[in-house]
Amino acid sequence: MLKVNDINVYYGAIHAIKGVSFEVNDGEIVTLIGANGAGKSTILNTVCGLLHSRTGSIEFLEKNLASIPAHKVVKLGMAHVPEGRRIFQQMTVEENLEMGAYTQSRASVDPNLERVYEQFPRLKERRRQVAGTLSGGEQQMLAMGRGLMSNPKLLMLDEPSMGLAPILVEQIFDIIRQLHKAGTTILLVEQNARMALSVADRGYVLETGKIVATGTGDELLHDEAVKKAYLGG
Amino acid sequence: MLIFLNHLINGISLGSVYAIIALGYTMVYGIAKMLNFAHGDVIMVGAYICFFAISSFHLPPAVGILLAMLVCTLLGIVIERLAYKPLRQATSLAVLITAIGVSYLLQNGAQLLWTSNIKMFPSFFPGQPVELFGGELKITVASIVTVAVCVVIMLALTWFTGQTKVGKAMRACSEDKGAAQLMGIDVNTTISVTFAIGSALAAVAGVLFCSVYPNLTPTTGSMPGIKAFTAAVFGGIGSIPGALLGGVLLGMIEIFASAYISTQLSNAIVFAVLIIVLLVRPTGLLGKQVREKV
Repeated sequence: MLKVNDINVYYGAIHAIKGVSFEVNDGEIVTLIGANGAGKSTILNTVCGLLHSRTGSIEFLEKNLASIPAHKVVKLGMAHVPEGRRIFQQMTVEENLEMGAYTQSRASVDPNLERVYEQFPRLKERRRQVAGTLSGGEQQMLAMGRGLMSNPKLLMLDEPSMGLAPILVEQIFDIIRQLHKAGTTILLVEQNARMALSVADRGYVLETGKIVATGTGDELLHDEAVKKAYLGG
Repeated sequence: MLIFLNHLINGISLGSVYAIIALGYTMVYGIAKMLNFAHGDVIMVGAYICFFAISSFHLPPAVGILLAMLVCTLLGIVIERLAYKPLRQATSLAVLITAIGVSYLLQNGAQLLWTSNIKMFPSFFPGQPVELFGGELKITVASIVTVAVCVVIMLALTWFTGQTKVGKAMRACSEDKGAAQLMGIDVNTTISVTFAIGSALAAVAGVLFCSVYPNLTPTTGSMPGIKAFTAAVFGGIGSIPGALLGGVLLGMIEIFASAYISTQLSNAIVFAVLIIVLLVRPTGLLGKQVREKV
């Protein structure tokens, strides 16, 4: 579904991503794990077109994304739930969700809303509330719901557990499992390596802009080097 | 008392014009985070277009206004594309100086095309003033129309930004352009639409302003422009109701100051009020303090 081949991304003179390649197959959950500053979010931002790679290629559903601007990538079936959630704080919950369906036809907005409300009943209760007043966990649900409003084939989640209480982290990962079961392909970026690897089919370990290990979720969970670096021994 | 009422009505009417201009500043600031100092000169261009349509081509006033709105809309889009869009990633100081440059370009362009001789803007509001209290209080048709137009524009914009897809996209862009792009919103087009709306409103304001102060010159737009900018900051820049409140208050302060204190000092008083408000409330009367939740 997604093929990233040898991308190099720079912030000015800083070489942030150094020749990274990976792929996500239909129906998989793939996770990119790594420490703060390893380049996880940079990769997602490059895939969705907010940043650009100097080399290599990114193919999504057999289409080269190189010349497609960020706002058109959504329409191809890719939704990006960005780091820090970035919901529209001054708009209501429902307006946020409507924005998620911006590329969709008018007719599909209501059924999509129903589906998202079914998944996140909390959002339905608060549909008229201004999004900035939601709690952190609710905001994460809103960000995910907003991503789902565009009927994505690939959902990219950037640090969905960031800043959440452990019980909410469990809840968010439950939702990720459900979405996966319902057939959504997921690319998950996480600092919470243990949680991420436990739901993922496959994982890539990122270190200062390079992929240093790859394997199935289980393999990486039991890999000595990964254990030492990311799972606390 | 009647004189006071008279001043009040004049103040609200003048303030309505400021409010319509302030909307252009505030909407553009909200989405592009820039101060479009050329906005006042778009007003002047609109007034000239309407002037020539009526005086030289003898078109009906309504057609003249529509023509002015059309030309200003295009002008706004062209200015944004050529002058501001290439600077989207530049520092705000560079954008500000460019806007001042565009302002001078428009003023001097107008001088070249239309000379700096004063043109008398035709008064085209028909009918007698409405008389109340046995003729003691006269309300001109121009005042009534100005306030009505301002109210209609406010209601229309509130509906537009609150209910329509494009309007909501505008609000989304003004909060977070990156996230808006992730939703599939074309940020550049949305910014163009904002400039188009602001400039069309500037044309309307230009015509209304000149039907009260009919001396039309290439610098006609600069004073109402700077005052409307003041009104936008006063009300809280980025806020549409703030523009209305700021505009109307500013118009009333100006009229009352020149009636009861001093005509010469009225402008100074207007700007002094701005300074005081900003000292007490740096975000303006209705401006939002942005807090982030982590």
